[in-house]
Amino acid sequence: MSVQELDFSRVDEIIKQTPNKKGALIPVLQKVQKFYGYVPIESIERIADGLHVYPADVYGVLTFYSQFKLKPRGEYIVRVCCGTACHVKGSDRIAEDLITKLKVAVGETTEDRRFTLEKVACVGACALAPVVIVNEDVHAKMTSDETRKMITSLQKGQKE
Amino acid sequence: MDKPRIIVGMATCGLAAGGKPVHEKAKEVAAQLGIDVEVRKTGCIGMCHREPLMDIIMPGRTRVCYSDVKAEDVPAILESHIKNGEVYKERLLGQFKPSSPDIQPYPDTQYYDELDYNKKQVKIVLKNCGFIDPTKIDEYTALGGYEGAKKALTAMTPEQIIDEVKKSGLRGRGGAGFPTGMKWQFCRNSPGNEKYIICNADEGDPGAFMDRSVIEGDPHAVLEGMLIGAFAIGATHGYIYCRAEYPLAVEHLNIAIEQAKEKGFLGTNIFGTGFDLDIIVKEGAGAFVCGEETALMNSIEGKRGMPNPRPPFPAQKGVWGKPSNINNVETWANVPQIITNGGDWYASFGTEKSKGTKVFALTGKINRTGLVEVPNGIPLSEIIYDIGGGIIGGKKFKAVQTGGPSGGCIPSSLVDTAVDYESLAALGSIVGSGGMVVMDEDTCMVDMARYFQAFCQDESCGKCTPCRVGTKRMLEILERIVAGKGREGDIELLLDLGSQVKITSLCGLGQTAPNPVITTIKYFRDEYEAHIKDKSCPSCSCPALIHFEVTPDACTKCGICVKNCPVSCITDGTGGKKGEKPAFILDEECVRCGVCFEKCPFDAIFKHSGGTRVDKVSAKVKKES
Repeated sequence: MSVQELDFSRVDEIIKQTPNKKGALIPVLQKVQKFYGYVPIESIERIADGLHVYPADVYGVLTFYSQFKLKPRGEYIVRVCCGTACHVKGSDRIAEDLITKLKVAVGETTEDRRFTLEKVACVGACALAPVVIVNEDVHAKMTSDETRKMITSLQKGQKE
Repeated sequence: MDKPRIIVGMATCGLAAGGKPVHEKAKEVAAQLGIDVEVRKTGCIGMCHREPLMDIIMPGRTRVCYSDVKAEDVPAILESHIKNGEVYKERLLGQFKPSSPDIQPYPDTQYYDELDYNKKQVKIVLKNCGFIDPTKIDEYTALGGYEGAKKALTAMTPEQIIDEVKKSGLRGRGGAGFPTGMKWQFCRNSPGNEKYIICNADEGDPGAFMDRSVIEGDPHAVLEGMLIGAFAIGATHGYIYCRAEYPLAVEHLNIAIEQAKEKGFLGTNIFGTGFDLDIIVKEGAGAFVCGEETALMNSIEGKRGMPNPRPPFPAQKGVWGKPSNINNVETWANVPQIITNGGDWYASFGTEKSKGTKVFALTGKINRTGLVEVPNGIPLSEIIYDIGGGIIGGKKFKAVQTGGPSGGCIPSSLVDTAVDYESLAALGSIVGSGGMVVMDEDTCMVDMARYFQAFCQDESCGKCTPCRVGTKRMLEILERIVAGKGREGDIELLLDLGSQVKITSLCGLGQTAPNPVITTIKYFRDEYEAHIKDKSCPSCSCPALIHFEVTPDACTKCGICVKNCPVSCITDGTGGKKGEKPAFILDEECVRCGVCFEKCPFDAIFKHSGGTRVDKVSAKVKKES
């Protein structure tokens, strides 16, 4: 979807559905991101207007929290957990492998917009470390081999 | 209960291990067998290493827990247990103690409480986790839920509640260990009509998941605790600040809040006392520093989550400038039982200064991972060996990291230390929120220090210079040490910088960020020296300092390593027994990925650094267990 095609009416609707504007910036941004998959930079002024804050406040919050993304992300968001337990059990290697396999850096999306590779601080599934999360699904006790296989099958368009 | 009931563990860990297909299969098989059962879900019982777990209760019989259940095991288990009335031994974990004399136990079946993992545990906070369906308030109230709140609101004065909490000796379970009763008193005494209570569920410490499990498995315990606290303090608004990485926890909280409102435990005129309380969930957006109370409050207000200098303390001027009381999830979850059973009862667990129990997330290179709730003061060795079952693959226990990025590493020589606030602080570590990551001989302590420093540097909000710049400089030094470019004097420089950052940082993040570095230097200085002076990694773990080599006699020239090497740096080694020469790794081209080491089926490849050599045999053992 290019910027021209983006319809920002949803942003206005989200703001309209937020009666209490006090402290609403983060929840509004979360809803915007949920709908668009990221927070389009063009939406910042609309959000600022709607919530009666400065665009700089919106931008400041957007860039402070790691959850918010300013760029469109892929169909599959592959997150490698880098919590302590995962680190001790070799999540670095899995991340390295994924960088090679997907040919993107951490935080980047493949050209075909199918995969985004991210690192996450900890998802709290430490007892089953190391874990890799694809969209909402947590995959436990992963190895480099299994991760590669999982990606290959996703690349082939099979259901995981 | 008149129907058999099947209960599947479906917290985050249960789901990750495959609980969902088990849940679906159970429904399907029950229908096929034509048996009328109720299939429910529950939270985390703490035995994450045995997930997926599936429990079955037959009317009039004890609850039986099956572990490591795969969807394909379900038909056999249901057939045996529900149809034939016999426990299915192959996947059996244990049966729970009968809750009343009418309940008949199964013969020759071990009790769950008597398993090694559970014997030494005392469950107060985790009492309901893994037993009840967290999305059904009736299951919580059936086990005495909201009785504590009822007692507090209808039969006690706010002062009496605070006295009871003081008597219990409960201390903040989020890390700092501040006495909870005193904290409540401060906020109660603070002038103002509008007050707030906050539950800190921003469990950001990597390697910790106690709060996630409590919220996912028993959200009403947290709400009930907050209700009691709000009444004692005089607060009418509550926030639960939950991190965004815990979607299931947020979902369960919202369900619980709706149900509590319907039952009249939240909202207006609670228990007919005229007391009002509303609680809303605020989702975090991914910032570790938001676990710090003032940063958290800024985040609730929709701002960047940066800390403020204290004083004023939140009890005086907190969220929206109003007096606020903030406690961690586990602290709140303890409160209902303190009120129900009395402060003296709670204080009968634990030590002189650290009362009650503490939940730990036991992870890393340990056989039995999961959540454990133990009385404060239990020796560390009992957690590692008796509960955790020792180190994976029989390897040597090296250290345990407690308290996450704010904590420290405790070496194996101090394994008899009592686990309580004072004893761990004396070692330079902290109890923290309860993460306990176990490390074996293959874990490099310098790399661990680098890992935590990288985390703190990344999460530093940048408001104060010592933390923003100090953590960065410390990280740079650690990075060069693990890269084999360490310099003489780096250790002293780290210690000096570390103490400066500790003293001068604005908030807890910076004040504790150097702890992992300082404790690893304190207990593992020789490893730092080996990296700096000998350019070697005694654990054979830092990629820049290790080398891979082939034992020519053991090589069968099968060609697997050659095929798998991503940079084609292995010559020869193909053509089977008769062909070619044994494999040879070109060290200068090798990227130290370790693929050949892992893939070699004949244990012919080893790695070495300085005087240490690690062979594949041991690595294989590690993988299997």
